[in-house]
Amino acid sequence: MYKLLLCWRYLRTRWIALASVVSVTLGVATMIVVNAVMAGFSHEMQTRIHGILSDLVFESHSLSGFQDPQWHMEEIRRAGGDDIEGMTPTVAVPAMLNFQIRGQWITRQVMLIGIDEATHASVSDFGRYLQHPANREQLSFDLRDGGYDTVDSQAGSGDPTRPALEAAGWPHRRMRVERERLWREKLDADQAAADALAGAAAEGPGNPVRPVDQQVDAVLAATASTTVSPLPEGEGTPAHDVASEQSSAMKDPFKAARPQEEGTRMDPAKEQFTGVVPGIGLASFRDSNGMDRFLTLPGDDVKITFPTAGTPPKAVSDTFTIVDFYESKMSEYDSNFVFVPIAALQRMRGMIDPHSGLVSVNSIQIKLRDGANLDEVRDRLRKAFPADLYAVASWRDKQGPLLAAVDMEMAVLNILLFLIIAVAGFGILAIFFMIVVEKTRDIGILKSLGARANGIAGIFLGYGLFLGIVGAGVGLALGLSIAMNINTIRIGVEWLTGERVFDPSIYYFFKIPTIIDPVTVTWIVAGAVGIAVASSVLPALRAARLHPVEALRHE
Amino acid sequence: MSSSTLERSTGARPDLALPPLLSVEGLTKRYRSGDRVLEVLRGVDCELATGEFVAVVGQSGSGKSTLLHLMGLLDAADSGSVHLAGRRIDNLPGKERDRLRNTDIGMVFQAYHLLPELTALENVLAPLMVRHGIFAWFSVRAEAKRRATELLEQFGLGGRLQHKPRQLSGGEMQRVAIARALVGNPRLLLADEPTGNLDAETGAGILDVLCSLNRSAGLSIVLVTHDASIARRADRTVRLTAGRVETAH
Repeated sequence: MYKLLLCWRYLRTRWIALASVVSVTLGVATMIVVNAVMAGFSHEMQTRIHGILSDLVFESHSLSGFQDPQWHMEEIRRAGGDDIEGMTPTVAVPAMLNFQIRGQWITRQVMLIGIDEATHASVSDFGRYLQHPANREQLSFDLRDGGYDTVDSQAGSGDPTRPALEAAGWPHRRMRVERERLWREKLDADQAAADALAGAAAEGPGNPVRPVDQQVDAVLAATASTTVSPLPEGEGTPAHDVASEQSSAMKDPFKAARPQEEGTRMDPAKEQFTGVVPGIGLASFRDSNGMDRFLTLPGDDVKITFPTAGTPPKAVSDTFTIVDFYESKMSEYDSNFVFVPIAALQRMRGMIDPHSGLVSVNSIQIKLRDGANLDEVRDRLRKAFPADLYAVASWRDKQGPLLAAVDMEMAVLNILLFLIIAVAGFGILAIFFMIVVEKTRDIGILKSLGARANGIAGIFLGYGLFLGIVGAGVGLALGLSIAMNINTIRIGVEWLTGERVFDPSIYYFFKIPTIIDPVTVTWIVAGAVGIAVASSVLPALRAARLHPVEALRHE
Repeated sequence: MSSSTLERSTGARPDLALPPLLSVEGLTKRYRSGDRVLEVLRGVDCELATGEFVAVVGQSGSGKSTLLHLMGLLDAADSGSVHLAGRRIDNLPGKERDRLRNTDIGMVFQAYHLLPELTALENVLAPLMVRHGIFAWFSVRAEAKRRATELLEQFGLGGRLQHKPRQLSGGEMQRVAIARALVGNPRLLLADEPTGNLDAETGAGILDVLCSLNRSAGLSIVLVTHDASIARRADRTVRLTAGRVETAH
C-alpha cells in the first residue's frame, strides 16, 4: 500500500518528472499522426494500383500473344478452381497517342489496352473511374450525348472542378466539326477568290477539274465503310446538311485526292470512329487552384500508332474518338494507359487468324474471390502453365518495388520516431536517478520499517509506469485528435501562413487521407509505456539495493 | 507521559528469570575504506531481558550505533549472532528479516527520519502499510487509522494529524517517530540518540515518553546515547569502548 501512496505523493511533488514525459507525449502523438497519414496514403495508393490491375495477370511474353483465350481461360479455371471469380482477355501493346492542340499535333507514348467492355468490369474497378455516370454503370465505347461529370466523382466534395466536361460528348463534337467547316469554308473562299483571280489572269473563267471531283466525291460517299460506328438513335440534330459539307469539299480540288483513313468517308458530326478511353492525365492537367484544364475532350478524335502482331511488327495508325476519360488517381496509370475495344484492336493488329477465325490476346486478367490467397493461386497457375510461354503475376508483383519502397519508408520512419521516445526514456532514466538519490534517506527509512527491496523497486517502477501512461495517454489523445482533424488543421495552417501545405495538383487527392489502425496505435502506446517502465528499471534496482544504514546516513 | 521520571519502581521488573528477549554474542563488525580496515565492534556480548530498559553509552565512534543497527537487522555482522526470544535472527533470509523489522522491532532515530511527503498520521501508518498489501490494507485501514490516531493523541499530537513533518517541531517529530515505532506493537524498541537533536527540555519530554512506555506497557527498550544523565534513567547501562563492552552496571 505504501508504494501506491508514495508513488502518488512523489508524482504530486515532483513536477520535473512530468517534464521528462513531454517527449514521450510528443513522440507518441507524432507516431500516431505519421502512421495514420502514411497508412492513408498507402491505402489510397494500393486501392488505385489495384483499381486498374486485376488480382492476377496471366500474360504471354510476346506482344503477339497467344491464340484462343477461351481455351486458356478454361485451363485457368481448372487450375485455379473455386478461387477464380472472373476473367477477361486483354491485349496490351505500347503505342503512340497523337492528338491536336490548337492545330498542333502532339504525340505521347502510351500503353494501349484492348478490353472486353462486357466483362472487364467484372475483374477490376476500371469502370468506377470513368467520368460519365452511365459508363460507370456499364462501359460503352459509344460517345455519349453529354452528361459528363463536372465534379470529381471520387472527391466527394461538391465543387465542380471540371467545367470543361460540361459540353463534352456529341455537343462538343458537333461544335468542333461546325467550327472546322466554317474555317475550311473561309479558307476555301479565300482560295477560290485567289484562284479566280489567277485563273482570270491566265486561262480565263472556269475550272475544268471540278466535275471530275464531284463524281469522285459521290462515289466515295456511297461506299462509306461500315466500320464507322453509327450515330446513336435520336442523338444529334444535323446542324448543317451533308450537301453543304460535300459542296465545301468540292471547292477544294485537292481534297478528293487526299487519302482518307481506311479509305472511308464519314460525317464526323453524326458518326464517330472507334471509341477510346484515355487516362485523364494524358488529356488534362490540374492548375494550382485545383481546377482541371483539358487539352482534349470526349468527342475529339485522336490518332493512335501501334505495332501489328507478327514478325517483324509494323507500325499502323488509326483514328479513334475519345468517349470518356478514366481517372484512377494513380498518375502512373492515368498518364499512360489508353483503353480501346479489344475486338477493334485485334482486327487492326491482325490478331484474328483468317483461316480458323481464332483470336489472339496477350493477357488474361483474373479476379479471385474474396479471401482467396493471392500468392497461392498465382503459384498454382505458374505450376500449371509452362513458364517459358506464360508469365503469371499478381498486382502486388506488378507494383512490387513501389509497394516495397512504401513499406520500407514506413518502417524506417517508425524506427526513427521510436528513437525519439527512446531518447525520452533516457530523460526519464536521468531524472529517476536524481529522484532516487534525493530520496535515498526515505528509502533507508522504509527499509528500517521493514519494506522489502521489491517493494522499494516497485515504488519507482510504478512511478515510471504512471508517467508512461500519462505521457502516452496525453500523446494518444493529441495524436488522435490531430489525425482526425488533419484537414481542418491543414486549412488552418494554409490560412495562417498563406502557403499551400497540401497541393491537390501533385497528389490527386483533395484531402489528406488518414487511417487510424487500432493495432498500430496500441503498439505505439504500449511501446511508449514500456520504454518509460524500462528506463525506470535501473533507478529502481539501484534504490532497491541501497544499504539501509548507508541510506539512513545519507545527507 | 509527563509522569515523574526519576522515580523508579524497582519492584517486579525486569523479569530476569525469563530467557533474555534479545541477546547478542561475539558480534564483530569491520568497515573497509580503501586500504584501511576500521574495526567498529570487536566481539560484543550483551542481553536484554523482557521489559528491560537498557542504555548503551560510549564515545562517538565506539560502535554503539552500529550495535543498534545490528540488533535491528539493518546491517549484517561479520561474526557473532543475534537472538530474539531465543531464536537466532541475524542469519535469516532477507525476507524474514524484513518481516521481523516490521513486526517485532520498532526504531527511533536521532534525525527522526520521517517521510517528508507524508502527513504525521500517514507516517505513523507507514509500518502498517508496509505490512499489508494493497488489498489487505483496505480491510484493516479503519482499525489502523484508529490506533495511529490514538497513539498520536496519547503523545499530545491530536491536532497535528494532517501536518507534514516540516510543519512540526523537533519534539513533535520525534514523538511522531515514536508513535510510528509503536504502531505495529513491537516487542523491542531500539532508540538511537532520540534526544540528540533536541534541546534539554524537549529531550527530557521524549525521555519521559520512553520511560513511561517501558514502565506502563512493559516495552523493552535499547537506547543509545552518549549522555550519562540520560543513561541513568535506564534500568541498566552498557558501556562500549572501542568496540567492546566495558562494564555492565
